[in-house]
Amino acid sequence: MSFDHTMLYLTAPEITLALLASAVLLLDSFLKPSQRVLTYIATLLSLLIVFMVTFATHVDSSLMAFDGQYIRDPMSDVLKLSLFVLMAFVFVYAKDDLRRRGSERGEFYALGLFALLGMMIMISAASFLSLYLGLELLALCLYALVAFQRNSASGSEAAMKYFVLGALASGLLLYGISMVYGATGQLGFAAIAERLQQGQVDAVVMSFGLVFVVLGLAFKLGAVPFHMWVPDVYQGAPTSVTALIGSAPKVAAFAMAMRILVDALPSMQEQWQLMLIILAVLSLAVGNIVAIAQTNIKRMLAYSTISHVGFILLGLIAGTTVGYASAMFYALVYALTALGGFGLLMFISRQGFDAENLHDLKGLNERSPWYALMMMLVLFSMAGVPPTVGFFAKLAVLDAIIRVDLLWLAITAVIFSVIGAFYYLRVIKMMYFDKAECSEPLQASTDTRFALSLNGLAMIGLGIMPSALMSVCASVFA
Amino acid sequence: MLALSDFLILSALLFSISIAGIFLNRKNVLILLMCIELLLLAVNINFIAFSYYLGDTAGQVFVFFVLTVAAAEAAIGLAILVVLFRSRRSINVEDLDALKG
Repeated sequence: MSFDHTMLYLTAPEITLALLASAVLLLDSFLKPSQRVLTYIATLLSLLIVFMVTFATHVDSSLMAFDGQYIRDPMSDVLKLSLFVLMAFVFVYAKDDLRRRGSERGEFYALGLFALLGMMIMISAASFLSLYLGLELLALCLYALVAFQRNSASGSEAAMKYFVLGALASGLLLYGISMVYGATGQLGFAAIAERLQQGQVDAVVMSFGLVFVVLGLAFKLGAVPFHMWVPDVYQGAPTSVTALIGSAPKVAAFAMAMRILVDALPSMQEQWQLMLIILAVLSLAVGNIVAIAQTNIKRMLAYSTISHVGFILLGLIAGTTVGYASAMFYALVYALTALGGFGLLMFISRQGFDAENLHDLKGLNERSPWYALMMMLVLFSMAGVPPTVGFFAKLAVLDAIIRVDLLWLAITAVIFSVIGAFYYLRVIKMMYFDKAECSEPLQASTDTRFALSLNGLAMIGLGIMPSALMSVCASVFA
Repeated sequence: MLALSDFLILSALLFSISIAGIFLNRKNVLILLMCIELLLLAVNINFIAFSYYLGDTAGQVFVFFVLTVAAAEAAIGLAILVVLFRSRRSINVEDLDALKG
């Protein structure tokens, strides 16, 4: 392998972020607890810098670096840029929540930045080795973050469950990778695709490998029947961490599925399509129906995530560029919507009290009409009510699968979405028509209020003009 | 001379034992951590066997990375275990039942 400076140019975003994250960690250890706001500012600055670096070095075609370990293509650029925006929202929302819990420690910011680095590596992985390392960097940071509030019993229990099931998923994925390696003798995605094209691989070993890789993927995405960790982790983790887990990693998981299924295993599309159909239908069914029975809103949003993962899978099932673009649009829109939901939950919480149950939202309209409106936009977007952006995301995915003659699948998805609309509308009814149980005014800092308003208005703004984001998503697969 | 299939059967056995251990164990969280280590080691046997029989070193390089990550994972796992024990005074799997619905 020869080394030249274009490699550094291509990997500039990751290198910059690795340096900045270490700098934030170092800076924080010199600060007094009262100066923690400096860590927060440094974190947001880091995101801004790495955003600019990524934007300045963006590429128009796909380029490889480090001997086929790393790929930089338009898809990775768009996904990374959106990750920076999502993570900035996470940090803004989390700041107040951490302070309220008395656990505003710099580790949150450093671990968040390292998790972001893991996601960027996943997005830019061109071989199973770099994909695995990115995935583990993300997962290890998230395990630690779930247990972040050390005195919380439910937090540590959730962290333990997440850790065991996450490690199990990595094990399944690795077992699948080893089988794929055995059948093809390659680890790079492009090389594997080429070997499969030539057709000189052991079909039995290869299908074994495919099954285990898809199992591992399904675990990481949280698709039914591998979803048991999702509700527990969402409920047990501090809301600021739930907001992180529920948003950006979904975008990275979409990229991981694209890299493995579309870049490495395109010639096995028939097999993985069938497996994904089963996962998608089960996710839509279980996610939407079980969510109705929940009284804890974080748990309800966890089941809602599961059903949205079903929709992302539908886009991949279509197996066309239109399908991939719609899945990417869906993943980005869902991540932003989920962030809005968790952000507002943190906003409603106050000292010594976490807004966790559905009845905590009762009468939100009396307490704060503007933020009740924002919450309504977020919930409408999750349910897919026009003119919010969630409607267009669902429409794009359904359009893509109808084009490949999977009409029954589209009808199933619509039926379960209608069932799912019930529990979103129930929350809206509680906010607007029920009496408030507590009349304390809501407090939040200016930047949080601004971010929440921006996030809520984005639901309707992107919904009125979905073509802007949609054309970006379509252009990366052209 | 051992055949490739012998190694694959051994690793499949270890893999199954560790999965069974994770799902059947109802006593101690530490045993879960051991099962996870066994799971990763089973995968490593697979990689090395394939790497040897294919005459390709990439698989062995992968094993080094897996070992490193496994060490980091064990560190985080044990740290979570300590936090768990502090708040619950128990590391019994059956006591992990506060979150459900």
